[in-house]
Amino acid sequence: MATVERHPVQPGKQLIYEGTRIPPRCPTILDVPAHLAGNEDINQINFGPNHPSTHGVLRLVVDLDGELVVGLRAVIGYLHTGFEKTMEQKSWWKCITYPERIDYLSFQTNELVFVLAIERLLALEVPEKATWMRMCLLELNRIHSHLVWLGTACLELGAISMFWYTFRERDQILDLSEMVCGTRMHTRYFQAGGLAEDIPTGFYDECWKFVEQMPKAVDQYEDMVDRNRIWLERTKGLGLLSADDAIALGQSGPCLRASGVDWDLRRDQPYLFYDRVYFTVCTREHGDVWDRYKVHMDEMRQSVRIIAQCLEQLQKFEPGAPWIADDRKVVLPPREELHTSMESLIHHFKIVTEGYRVPEGEIYTTIESPRGEMGCYVVSDGGAKPWRVKFRAPSFVALQATATCMHEALIADMIAIAGSLDTVMGEVDR
Amino acid sequence: MSYDALPGLVETREAFGETTLVVDPARLLEAARYLRDELGFSFLSDVTATDYLGWGDQAVAGYIGTAAGRDLNRPGSHGLAHRPVRKPKRFSMSYHLLALRAGAPRVRLQTFVDDGEPVESVIPIWPTADWHEREVWDLMGINIVNHPNRVRILMDEDWEGHPLRKDYPIGGEPVRFSGEE
Repeated sequence: MATVERHPVQPGKQLIYEGTRIPPRCPTILDVPAHLAGNEDINQINFGPNHPSTHGVLRLVVDLDGELVVGLRAVIGYLHTGFEKTMEQKSWWKCITYPERIDYLSFQTNELVFVLAIERLLALEVPEKATWMRMCLLELNRIHSHLVWLGTACLELGAISMFWYTFRERDQILDLSEMVCGTRMHTRYFQAGGLAEDIPTGFYDECWKFVEQMPKAVDQYEDMVDRNRIWLERTKGLGLLSADDAIALGQSGPCLRASGVDWDLRRDQPYLFYDRVYFTVCTREHGDVWDRYKVHMDEMRQSVRIIAQCLEQLQKFEPGAPWIADDRKVVLPPREELHTSMESLIHHFKIVTEGYRVPEGEIYTTIESPRGEMGCYVVSDGGAKPWRVKFRAPSFVALQATATCMHEALIADMIAIAGSLDTVMGEVDR
Repeated sequence: MSYDALPGLVETREAFGETTLVVDPARLLEAARYLRDELGFSFLSDVTATDYLGWGDQAVAGYIGTAAGRDLNRPGSHGLAHRPVRKPKRFSMSYHLLALRAGAPRVRLQTFVDDGEPVESVIPIWPTADWHEREVWDLMGINIVNHPNRVRILMDEDWEGHPLRKDYPIGGEPVRFSGEE
């Protein structure tokens, strides 16, 4: 294989291992070595699909030599629900509700990537207030996703108390979500053109409270496990993934940054107003479970910073500033107009029954979800329904790294390693 | 960046700020290798296929649309009085590439194939293509060749048909384990 280009390589950076560890025959299957093949002592076991520490319904077929993992194959598809096929049967307007359900931890990120695709095809201008609010909610959502990851990853390694602490903050985020959208999850708050409703009064105050409290909470989490000997021994130096291998395997997000690749779409390919806020892209260089944990912790602090800047900007807007584009062919007219304006009634009726039409074309939008590069490929034939929708799910790609990361792992470490890849099975199987 | 030297280049399209490079399916691997080694597209973001069966056959024109009556290019215009541009073959394969450098350049490598026409696996160039290509085979039935493990990934191993094809029946799934068996 030719060398893969490493984005900004820090001088004097140490590679964590030389060469590549991607299995040569098939990149996602760890084959039992030839000298062990046919050995009666090799046990093949099923880890999952129904196992408390598989983050859903992941099945790993593992060949064990004693406690050592010598062969591994991941089997997925147990949660396949055919979202992409279903979306082809719905109008653009009704489709927006589907992407959220694909990844139930970062629902708003998924919602946004699809909404952005529609807006780019329609060339819709989104009001500034809506963009700032989207960013604010996205970062809240990122923290939410990281918190669930942290809680469950620690739970799997026996650190049960962390779970209760992370869910304390997670609940606050869901309360904020309920305040804004009326629902705690699967909000459907982003519309093509902006937001579904205005930001409720009192949201800023509640959100500021959260911004003040969250960094302290992150400190607490770190205090709980950072000097815990069991945690250290079960995370450090395990599940190694070098920068070259991570790029070749298409890894993205915290997984890629923990391997020392300084890459974040929020900074390198700015969308929304990410080029107008200050934040640091958090990287580590060893690519082990510990580094992935640390990247998650650092990112939560950065997200809080971004939320604070979004709130400052949002509070500059006059009450009642527009939150959705003024295009009556795409955006529902305000409810009160329906009682007085015939034209508004017609627009409302046409959008709800038939939906709007999106110009012919194909488009691929990408954003940085909590798990990495979330992509959405959309093909339109100019009609009221998408011709084809495809989601590039970062979890789906992350699981392809299992065979590479499990190099000489013990079965107990396998749980830590699989957990550290931060996968959501709903997104893997779609 | 110039793509004129790309092996097997058929057409270059610019739309919505994205570059699409259509190549001859027989020279896909060459083109992929060129893009990775010469132009630095080391990151394969996504591989996907689209079925264009019936594309543009039903009128997509709106219920009241006429060519003269509306500005067809306006967002949300209901009067699309034209048919979408014909595709050369039934399926398109799209490879979404990214170069990890300033500006985050992206490009879509695309190739058109008919049912059953072989498409070379790009695993030797981007190992991450493994599961993406299995998914494309599973759901769309694109004949990926030289894949080390071309088996179904999302559907059951004994599933018949490829669900994302446009001619796949919707809602007619046979019930397994009914009372008569």
